[in-house]
Amino acid sequence: MSILVNKNTRVICQGITGKAGEFHSKNCLDYGTKMVGGVTPGKGGETALGLPVFDTVMEAVEQTGADATMIFVPAPFTADAILEAIDAGIKTIVAITEGVPVLDMVRVYEIVRQSDSVLIGPNCPGVITSDECKIGIMPGYIHKPGKVGVMSRSGTLTYEAVWQTSSMGLGQTTCVGLGGDPIVGTSFIDLFKLYEADPATEAILMIGEIGGTAEEEAAAFVKAHVTKPVAAFIAGRTAPPGRRMGHAGAIISGGKGTAAEKVTALQDAGIEVAESPGDMGVAVARAIKNKGG
Amino acid sequence: MKIHEYQAKQVLRGAGVAVLEGHVAETPDAAAKAYETLGGKIAVVKAQIHAGGRGKGTTKENPKQHGVQLVKSADEARAVAEGLLGNTLVTIQTGPEGKTVNKVFVEAGCNIARELYLGIVLDRAAARPVLMCSTEGGVEIEKVAEVTPELIFKEHFDPHFGLQSYQVRKLCAKLGIKGKSVRSADRFMRGLCKVFVAYDCSLAEINPLVVTAEGELVALDAKMSFDDNALFRHQDIIEYRDLSEEEPLELRAGKAGLSYVKLEGNIGCLVNGAGLAMSTMDIIKLNGGEPANFLDVGGGADAEQVTEAFRIILSDPHVKAVLVNIFGGIMRCTTIANALVQAYKTVGFSVPLVVRLEGTEVEEGKKIIAESDVDIVTADDLNDAARKVVATLA
Repeated sequence: MSILVNKNTRVICQGITGKAGEFHSKNCLDYGTKMVGGVTPGKGGETALGLPVFDTVMEAVEQTGADATMIFVPAPFTADAILEAIDAGIKTIVAITEGVPVLDMVRVYEIVRQSDSVLIGPNCPGVITSDECKIGIMPGYIHKPGKVGVMSRSGTLTYEAVWQTSSMGLGQTTCVGLGGDPIVGTSFIDLFKLYEADPATEAILMIGEIGGTAEEEAAAFVKAHVTKPVAAFIAGRTAPPGRRMGHAGAIISGGKGTAAEKVTALQDAGIEVAESPGDMGVAVARAIKNKGG
Repeated sequence: MKIHEYQAKQVLRGAGVAVLEGHVAETPDAAAKAYETLGGKIAVVKAQIHAGGRGKGTTKENPKQHGVQLVKSADEARAVAEGLLGNTLVTIQTGPEGKTVNKVFVEAGCNIARELYLGIVLDRAAARPVLMCSTEGGVEIEKVAEVTPELIFKEHFDPHFGLQSYQVRKLCAKLGIKGKSVRSADRFMRGLCKVFVAYDCSLAEINPLVVTAEGELVALDAKMSFDDNALFRHQDIIEYRDLSEEEPLELRAGKAGLSYVKLEGNIGCLVNGAGLAMSTMDIIKLNGGEPANFLDVGGGADAEQVTEAFRIILSDPHVKAVLVNIFGGIMRCTTIANALVQAYKTVGFSVPLVVRLEGTEVEEGKKIIAESDVDIVTADDLNDAARKVVATLA
């Protein structure tokens, strides 16, 4: 079992004929993802990587039965691409693109929340269920089937956590990169609900960072609703206030969104917090042990 | 991206949001002329820098010269401009080094009856913009939020439909704005919300917002910043960019496709990925060191970018050691190892360099470094890397 995606997920890539779209679609195919086609407006009827290319997501869904999409279109067109995927009834939408204007996301967020679709991202590494389905830009081989659900606002820091849990023999069920923007489609809380209900996920690792209050809200949710062992790490304890640390969302503004506040909230909720990014895997093991696992 | 007060007021004026008449000046004579053009008795000369706290701030050159000063004659306007232009203004927001004043804004005075606060930001939790008001104008809103949060009133709005008139009436009731001023508030508040959406602002702050003796609302100060990701659709705003206000090293990094933030410590870092870069800073601190910078080379860095990244890190004279932390995903460790060796030779390193590689082709990557003739310390994992780099300073 897993969350969001599995070996039966049928995936298209919006932007498959672009350089990044084609490169990563190929990596996903090599990983074993069931890629069934791609969409590039104006290039319908062509093929890419041996897959059919369509002008619209609607046609791609009709002819391939796709239920997931990986979006690689340039930032100015990403909101439109997401809305098109929702309109076509795609269940799992993964937007990799970085640099989407935040007010575009305000509009998209409202619509995605009223739909049956789940949006992961934008500005994220994607979603992967170990050995079954990879939708995104993460290196597939570091992921091992196992019992930890991993979710994160970051990219390479997630790989680090995956690496640590793989090396320790814990492995992962599904690993989700939420994205580093101020507004993203899916929150930690949304995923806590899915992981809690997934029988294969035995422990959950949450990797947050400075900025916003998503981690504090997640901590309150865990305290009230999550029975599985939870570990966490917060990046940016040394980040100065008022400065954007790479991610558009990673900024301490008006004294809010500091790592210290987040760590306190997490610890209050009984979550095992890793002090060092080198100890994320160890923190998961500790959380499992504390719950008698 | 930030802009100056006088530029923000141009944007507001263009959108029909009430501002006072004013003129920007780059010389004392131009400031005197601006005073005369305004034709009134009282004007205000304001230093134009990208930082707040100007009224209380003073120049390094003259502790009596404040960044905002009332003037009553053309000669006074000239004298204040002379005291500001070319000098360095230090405020609570500039840090001790201060900022050079290149322009002043000479603005007409007004009859102030009340000073309020008005600001629009994105509320991330609600995924909507929010208009915030307070009766405590002229004060830092963070302080109000901390001490008397009950004095801050908020209304969220949908970017499609904008702020509604009933929301303005609610806010007026709470702020004690009455009579014909409510109509002025409607124009002002709804207009500012429209500007926020139309220009993809990340902040639009009017502090103080003045209610004049005549009952009109007018922006006394104006601070605006914009979503960098949306600048592609606002060519007019890009032209407002003032490069002299930006940290030169950060500008240079931006040109090379690197994300760099200068910090106060002495251990430089070069990392791929923003989250990992922040964590690398954290682990240096955890091991007793102080990071000198945040630097994210991104997902597909090549030898050229790594070389430029090293140059930027090393141009900070405080840097006494450098830690490279790369998790090779799509980017192979062999690629980065070759880039590191090449960059090390090109740049001419004079401080210790500790490298931690993990991920795709890591063994081959480590071998490239070991077999090269460069003096690089390799580390096995994050904790090991941090310990080793801190140890080089001991």
